[in-house]
Amino acid sequence: MLSYFSNPARFEAFARWASPLALLVLFGCLAFGIPMGLYFSPEDYQQGHTVRIMYVHVPAAIMAELVFGFIALMSLTAFVWRHTLADACARAAAGPGAIFAALTLITGSVWGRPTWGTWWVWDARLTSMLILFLTYIGYIAVWQMGTDENKSARLARIVGLVGFINVPIVKFSVDWWNTLHQPASLLRADGPTIHSSMLWPLGLMALAYIALFSWFVLSGVRTSIYEKQIARRAQPLASRPIKPEQMAAGDQNG
Amino acid sequence: MAEFFAMGGYGFHVWTCWGLSGILLGGLGIARERRLRRTAKLAKQHDERAKREEPNP
Repeated sequence: MLSYFSNPARFEAFARWASPLALLVLFGCLAFGIPMGLYFSPEDYQQGHTVRIMYVHVPAAIMAELVFGFIALMSLTAFVWRHTLADACARAAAGPGAIFAALTLITGSVWGRPTWGTWWVWDARLTSMLILFLTYIGYIAVWQMGTDENKSARLARIVGLVGFINVPIVKFSVDWWNTLHQPASLLRADGPTIHSSMLWPLGLMALAYIALFSWFVLSGVRTSIYEKQIARRAQPLASRPIKPEQMAAGDQNG
Repeated sequence: MAEFFAMGGYGFHVWTCWGLSGILLGGLGIARERRLRRTAKLAKQHDERAKREEPNP
């Protein structure tokens, strides 16, 4: 499976049918998730309509954590197996990951104002999520700064692996410390504690975000494959490696 | 209809969150799609030019 996708041509062929499929799942889930989340699901008995923020806040938060896990996994794959596309996958995931983390912080803050009475507190969950967002920014900066792509890739893999330490801290911060943020009600050992009328739109929106992320990675990696092709073609002829058949032809002519 | 947009007095909070999510994720989606199309077109052009320039065997 892993070595199968190390061939860019094979990845391209896979992405050609997987990308439209991801978009189909995305728009299918949104078609039901948006009306359910904004209209058909009930309001909360305590929070009123602000509970509808949950349908964009929670999926963004789950994705912010999952995507960094994906980056760490791809960094490890690039380190251990020297997989040709692993770095490209991790790099393509960073932008969407940063946006998911930013959306988690912003929507959480806007939700916090009417429910907690404050935009921000330095509690463990909020602070660790802010650190995760800054790690994404740092990871993107590593790729953007260097002129030598191999050096940037090595440093990015280290940031991807070390930065992952924060992900379980984000997840379990609500259990380990006394936080203003509520404990987990979805991904917990004894199952979700949310009523199905709210669980359905939440699940659909989460699935939509996963499909969107898959599409982001597929299109990002395809773009990087094309960019590499262009860079190779743009090399001056003298610096290109000579093919054996060209050498043979040269011998005959000379 | 007005009642739906008012969201029980929390219209600003709910619509800000949903709106920002749509704008940021949709914006990144459009930017990525445009970049993919641009690079795919450029790669094809480079490919065709290289084929023209390479000597025939």
